[in-house]
Amino acid sequence: MTDPARARLPQRSLLTDPVVRAVIIQIAVFALVAGVLAFAAVNTAENLKRAGIASGFGFFNQVAGFDVSQSLVEYSRASTYGRVFLVGLLNTLLVSSVSIVVATVLGFAVGLLRLSGNWLVSRMAAVYVEILRNVPLLLQILFWYIAILNPLPGPRQAMSLFDTIFLCNRGLIIPWPVFLPGSWLVLVAFLLALAGGAGLVLWARRRQRLTGKRFPAYVSSLGLIILLPLVALAAAGFPIRWDLPELSGFNFAGGLTLQPEFTALVLALSLYTAAFIAENVRAGIEAVDKGQIEAAHSLGLRPAPTMRLVVVPQALRVIIPPLTSQHLTLVKNSSLAVVIGYPDLVSVFAGTTLNQTGQAVEIIAITMLVYLTISLAISLFMNWYNARVAILER
Amino acid sequence: MAIPDDPIIRIRHVNKWYGQFHVLKDINLTVGRGERVVICGPSGSGKSTLIRCVNRLETHQKGTISVDGIELTDDLKRIDRVRREVGMLFQNFNLFPHLTVMENCILAPVWVRRMPLLEARELAMQYLTRVRIPDQADKYPGQLSGGQQQRVAIARCLCMSPKIMLFDEPTSALDPEMIKEVLDVMVDLAGSGMTMVCVTHEMGFAREVADRVIFMDGGEILEENTPEAFFSAPQSERARLFLGQILSHAQMGARTNPD
Repeated sequence: MTDPARARLPQRSLLTDPVVRAVIIQIAVFALVAGVLAFAAVNTAENLKRAGIASGFGFFNQVAGFDVSQSLVEYSRASTYGRVFLVGLLNTLLVSSVSIVVATVLGFAVGLLRLSGNWLVSRMAAVYVEILRNVPLLLQILFWYIAILNPLPGPRQAMSLFDTIFLCNRGLIIPWPVFLPGSWLVLVAFLLALAGGAGLVLWARRRQRLTGKRFPAYVSSLGLIILLPLVALAAAGFPIRWDLPELSGFNFAGGLTLQPEFTALVLALSLYTAAFIAENVRAGIEAVDKGQIEAAHSLGLRPAPTMRLVVVPQALRVIIPPLTSQHLTLVKNSSLAVVIGYPDLVSVFAGTTLNQTGQAVEIIAITMLVYLTISLAISLFMNWYNARVAILER
Repeated sequence: MAIPDDPIIRIRHVNKWYGQFHVLKDINLTVGRGERVVICGPSGSGKSTLIRCVNRLETHQKGTISVDGIELTDDLKRIDRVRREVGMLFQNFNLFPHLTVMENCILAPVWVRRMPLLEARELAMQYLTRVRIPDQADKYPGQLSGGQQQRVAIARCLCMSPKIMLFDEPTSALDPEMIKEVLDVMVDLAGSGMTMVCVTHEMGFAREVADRVIFMDGGEILEENTPEAFFSAPQSERARLFLGQILSHAQMGARTNPD
């Protein structure tokens, strides 16, 4: 079918046709990018050949020959570079996940305190936020490591809390449980208590639905979860003991030692990120319309349930996207570990391993891929959570 | 004006300031049980502030307010007891957007009145039927029209079985065709014997259901009269001016919409 109106239009030049233009521009951009990438690849390959470096991933099976100060899995200098990669990755994940939890909890607390009606409390929270978020993170890591943890006295003069927790220049030494045979009874008791607690909560909910009567289910199941394992512990003759740190010679034996590098990094990362999270939380709560609080109050809800049932659920949808971004930043910032020698992925893999093997392209590519994967995983999880708390609109 | 025999709200010599600004000037008002009072006046006259003082969303600085025998002070227990018996409707509905219509209605009965969930649901369904939207119970407020949202807000208040309902310009944020559906529900409510205090510019509603009309300007009560007397022969110059503006606006509306 010919459209008479269109037929009368003057013949258009191909160059001014928006569709043709768009296609031409896309082809040109694609060719440019592909060309640059190809040039880089060829150039790198030639340089590597000239320097006599074999590319490939064979180095993963070679013996590393260096020590790592902290490892979650078995590691010795006879381990392979593959093992080094695993150690570094686990250390990165450890420091990131501990810091994310601490930063989020602390950030929510500080954010809420900043909204407190108490002048002193809200001012203190504000001072915390303004100082912590306005000093470079690198300086803060160095501050905790060099200025606070390093000058601590040696193990013999360690500061102690009730002679069970020690702080000295070897790090923070805390008691750690040891599981002797017979511990299974306590574990079973613990699992039973968990199941019982869940049952109690379900029963209380059902009773509330039917009769309106309330039962402090959470408090009582918490009591159950604490008491039952204690009873089992006594019945089994205390098979779980605390391994208490004790000074022997020039160092502590027993307990768990949190190295100063780890402690400094967790402190710096979580305190710094908590300041940003606190601002996100404050903004999120302030973004909830005042009318919502008035409506809840006018229905007879008290301030605490108003916060929990009305304000926080609405604030979360504002808080979560920037919170995700803070978590991602924290994981990436954990690579600053390298300045105080904490053996994270960048330090032992993209640092020492790269220096010893010279496999720069492979190692940097793998390291980038690891951070990308961690970040995308966090994003995916947070997006799923955000969709769950999102508000349904028309 | 005679004092009602069985007063439920007593406002005595109430004064309130926002900083230097004197919003409420020596207000005296008594509302009887089952009485329907309409408060009108130009914007900024303090009428919203006055009814917000009745459930302590605003605090007054001088004078006394007592609701069903409970005097409002800083005591949180008393405020709780008053708020439980007083429902309030807002200009912007203020439904909780993260909860469904049903959840909006049962929130306070379950958390404040400790009502069994199933019983609360039944009650909510009953009131949603009364405001003529039982089929929207599982939708979210964002999926409803303004008129429907305000009717949900009425049902949400009724679920607490309040003794008094306060209306803070409930139809001001609505499109003209939705005003009627909300007013119909309010007229129905008035017929059931609810004590109602309405801040509104809907003069038709005032004529139809109000026992008394109160005219406020500049933070003072200037006139208090039956609707017939108030509309036919306003006493003060300012009330005459106000009515003139409101009615000429209504006539202009009538001229552009002949039916």
